[in-house]
Amino acid sequence: MIQFFNVTKKFDNGTLGLENISVSINSGEFVFLVGPSGAGKSTFTRLLIRELLPTSGQIMLDGKSIIRMKSKEVPHLRRKIGFIFQDFRLLQERTVYENVAFALEAVGTPNSEVKKRVPTVLEMVGIGDKYACFPEELSGGEQQRVAIARAIVNNPSILLADEPTGNLDPSTSLEIMKIINDINKRGTTIIMATHDSESVNKLRKRVIVLNKGGILRDELKGGYDYVIK
Amino acid sequence: MSLSSYIRYTFRDAFRSIGRHKGMAFASILTIAISLFILGSTLLLVLNSQYLVSTMESQVEINVFMQLDLDRQDALAFQKNIEKIPGFQSLEFVSKEDAMSIMQDRFGKDTDILKSLAGVNPFPDSYRVKAQSSESIAAIAAEIEQFSEVESIRYGKELVDKLLDFTVWVKNVGMAIIIGMLLAGLFLITTTIRLTVFARKNEISIMKYVGATNWFIRFPFFLEGMLIGFLGAVTAGLIIYFGYGSTIQYVIKSVPFLPVVADFNELYRILAVLIIGGTTIGAVGSVIAVRKYLKV
Ligand SMILES: Nc1ncnc2c1ncn2[C@@H]1O[C@H](COP(=O)(O)OP(=O)(O)OP(=O)(O)O)[C@@H](O)[C@H]1O
Ligand SMILES: [Mg+2]
Repeated sequence: MIQFFNVTKKFDNGTLGLENISVSINSGEFVFLVGPSGAGKSTFTRLLIRELLPTSGQIMLDGKSIIRMKSKEVPHLRRKIGFIFQDFRLLQERTVYENVAFALEAVGTPNSEVKKRVPTVLEMVGIGDKYACFPEELSGGEQQRVAIARAIVNNPSILLADEPTGNLDPSTSLEIMKIINDINKRGTTIIMATHDSESVNKLRKRVIVLNKGGILRDELKGGYDYVIK
Repeated sequence: MSLSSYIRYTFRDAFRSIGRHKGMAFASILTIAISLFILGSTLLLVLNSQYLVSTMESQVEINVFMQLDLDRQDALAFQKNIEKIPGFQSLEFVSKEDAMSIMQDRFGKDTDILKSLAGVNPFPDSYRVKAQSSESIAAIAAEIEQFSEVESIRYGKELVDKLLDFTVWVKNVGMAIIIGMLLAGLFLITTTIRLTVFARKNEISIMKYVGATNWFIRFPFFLEGMLIGFLGAVTAGLIIYFGYGSTIQYVIKSVPFLPVVADFNELYRILAVLIIGGTTIGAVGSVIAVRKYLKV
């Protein structure tokens, strides 16, 4: 379970990223973070992996504070959370297989385990046959699948996605959404920041609307539409 | 995580990464090699200048002239007074007869000097004294002069002063050049390492996101830096080794009177310093360069 208690993030230059946010997300939930540009969606996800520390407030993961956590424990926090970026962030000079294996090797997974797990996840995201390709030989949708494979290969309990379909066309976006939905069905908590109204409206999941750093609306089975006054 | 798989991973990663960033690795090796080559050559140059100075120093002599009426026994016994003086290196006794025959040789066979001097040998017994270094010559000379058995002493004071100045100059300038080269080399090397690490900042950032510990990220860089430093230093070392060997041979052949350090033990010591230094700089430099990207 993820809990934010009165979380405020003020950046060094004085900008408010988030202001007094309290929210709780259960294990296995699927949550869309929507809202206009600058609303604080990315700030929310970056706080959760402790890339940022809040100015005030408390963030708990499974009852444990991630604010008071020692920096030595941060790697272990991040192993529980998979992260997908809008710009994929694949290593260009490594093959698809190596990109995914990299995430396992980086946390010291034995070689035999790597050889088993990588083909399985590549199959799961539908690019089992592309393992020897380099990222530049793939379409945007295929690259995002590699990034998803990399994010889930460690079996994280939470998958964070910051506009994973932001660079993709509508039909490719739907395919990626289907993969993420499948991952959710296997029990992984999904938190996804997005501007993709079609996907949000189609899936009918919990929708948290952020605006100017505050929560405007929080609806189970919500839709994308929001009005900014 | 098992230690053996970790070690296997880091070593493989270090080698693979050098393979992947061939251009960058090659540039770093080259930079390190050039820096260390210049540093090593400077060291050898300074070493040879110091050797030259000390050779010249050892050739400076003090001529000690005994009282003319001192008998031979006392003149010979005086030797131990000189030997006791600190900084003394060696001496040679020159009897008045020796002095006479040296003079005779100088004038040639046509003139009989003894005869023209009315059969009186005007030369005293004397010593030629050598000091360990030019710095002690003046002190030794002053000490010898105090003995009543000594009539007078003579040595190339001006030459000694010049040599002294030159020794100090070689030491200071050599030191300055070496420090300058060391700093320039360090700067060049750390800049290249920083660039090498910068080229891999995406890798580091992804490793941070998937939860790699800082030491896990650092260690392959540490190994890679060490390897690159080592290869650069060995390249520089080989060039210096063969370069110095042939330069010395050339100098000995074409300028035989110029003293050069032909003792390769000194060279080996410099090569060892370069290789240990290069490897250390590579390893430590990489770890320092990575630090910046670990703060996410
Ligand atoms: N490092 C930073 N320093 C200063 N201000 C920042 C920083 N990062 C974000 N901000 C500010 O915080 C606010 C929230 O930014 P955030 O990136 O969370 O928005 P977002 O909802 O993700 O927007 P978008 O939909 O465009 O990605 C913005 O006003 C932004 O300018
Ligand atoms: Mg954003």
